Amino acid sequence: MSEPNGIEVEGLVRVFKKGPRAVDGIDLEVAPGEIYGFLGPNGAGKSTTVLMLTTLLPPTEGTARVAGFDVVRDGGKVRMAIGAALQEAALDPFLTGREHMRLQGGLHGLDRRERERRGNELLERVGLSEAADRKVGGYSGGMKRRLDLGLALVHRPRILFLDEPTTGLDIQSRTALWDEVSRLSKEDGVTVFLTTQYLEEADVLADRVGIIDHGRIVAEGTPAALKAEIGRVHVEAEPADEDDRGRLNAILDRCGGDLTAIVRELDREGIRVAHLTVHEPSLDDVFLAKTGRSLEGAGADEDEVLEEALA
Amino acid sequence: MSSFAHAGLLVRRSVIRTLRQPANLVFSFMFPLLLLAVSSGGLNAATRIPGFPTSSYLTFALAVPFIQGALFAANSAGTNFAEDIESGFLSRLSLTPLSRSALLTGQLAGVVALGLLQAVVFLAVGEAAGAGFAAGIAGLPVLFALSILITLGFGTLGALAALRTGSGEAVQGMFPLFFVLLFLSSSSLPRNLMSIDWFHTVATYNPVSYLLEAVRSLLITGWDGEALALGFGCAGAIAVAGVYLCSRALRTRMVRT
Repeated sequence: MSEPNGIEVEGLVRVFKKGPRAVDGIDLEVAPGEIYGFLGPNGAGKSTTVLMLTTLLPPTEGTARVAGFDVVRDGGKVRMAIGAALQEAALDPFLTGREHMRLQGGLHGLDRRERERRGNELLERVGLSEAADRKVGGYSGGMKRRLDLGLALVHRPRILFLDEPTTGLDIQSRTALWDEVSRLSKEDGVTVFLTTQYLEEADVLADRVGIIDHGRIVAEGTPAALKAEIGRVHVEAEPADEDDRGRLNAILDRCGGDLTAIVRELDREGIRVAHLTVHEPSLDDVFLAKTGRSLEGAGADEDEVLEEALA
Repeated sequence: MSSFAHAGLLVRRSVIRTLRQPANLVFSFMFPLLLLAVSSGGLNAATRIPGFPTSSYLTFALAVPFIQGALFAANSAGTNFAEDIESGFLSRLSLTPLSRSALLTGQLAGVVALGLLQAVVFLAVGEAAGAGFAAGIAGLPVLFALSILITLGFGTLGALAALRTGSGEAVQGMFPLFFVLLFLSSSSLPRNLMSIDWFHTVATYNPVSYLLEAVRSLLITGWDGEALALGFGCAGAIAVAGVYLCSRALRTRMVRT
């Protein structure tokens, strides 16, 4: 039995009639209060997984429990417990931010006064108080994503699904959103399931990362553990005196990634170094090691795959 | 919270968004009135044909804007619905406790409100221009009820197109078809005066003729039980079939477990 605000997935499969096995047997577990980063290229099956976990798409096989409820048998209860901001903020350009909050609050059963109070609180929280009475059509990409996040929080969900929340955002908007998501997890104990195609995002934000490719999870763990698994720190150095190059390389080979040992040896042998870089393995290295491809630029557009398959 | 309250929230949204797109609104009021002005000015000679039911072509033609207005309302209902599907707004709504019937009611109530408003304006302008209204005051609620039913009927067809295709362009593409239906009806001549056989046959099988003739009966004849029964019957049948098909289509479109 899972904790009331965790996620448990076993053997989840989704096959589209005319399409591929978009999700091909996924097992995963997200602990309460954790930020889980679901990382993969376009078309890997991230959005399809999110749609199944948010009850918007029935799985072909397998089971998933969200907040302790089965997504197929207890869809209504799952929806009460979760909030979701799905790909591309789905907003009405003719309504203002405040009107969106009122509508969302009303549909979730808040009474008129509570709707206003909660709406103002969330608009403040996502930094849209000043823009609240402007039509959403005039919002920037970052403002739309922030409003989307705010709307997902109206009914105080215990689990939050964010499908590529920062795709297409500039770096400031991205950082602002990261801060908010991380605050939600740390201060409010909200469990966050976040899909992303950005390594940095998963690295900065996620407590644990699952790497998905072609509908399967190819690696899972904390970012640090994943990186450690595929390789250690790698040090490169340029000697100040070209004659020392041979001895320098010998030291680097001998000491591997142990920076302290390298420095000690260099000092002992009296070699001066002009330039030294420490390469830590990135999640891209992990992805490369597991799939044989680089994450950047890999994959097809999942939206297109989904649309074709659903047509 | 009840489905009724949910539908109310969506109606409110639909009204707000309609009012904030004045260009669309002006078009759906102005276009039918403009056509009415042109036809009533140019075709008045038709009233001299023996057997023409009235001496005022304006009174005869005034029925047409009611149908055109309903078509515009249906088009905007369909387009708005399709936009919600395309943008993912429907998914947002699907994640709330909103029921399918409340969603459909909310979407259609907006159209019906627009249709009613159009009916009031068209009648007011027509009467101010000197059209007759044979049924008198008691005919007003009947005319408005019929307008509502017609708008609802076409509105469900617009919504159905949106639900089946999920594309605003597909809905827009369907719109001219409706106008062909309107053209192939008794919109410009009474059926008894049509001399071309195939046209007469098509117009006779075209339900739009009976919608027009029911509106027209209130304007020209007063109380014509048969025309009213046929008009309400056709509009009602379209609406019932439309609502049924929409709720079926919504079941596949608004999937949730």
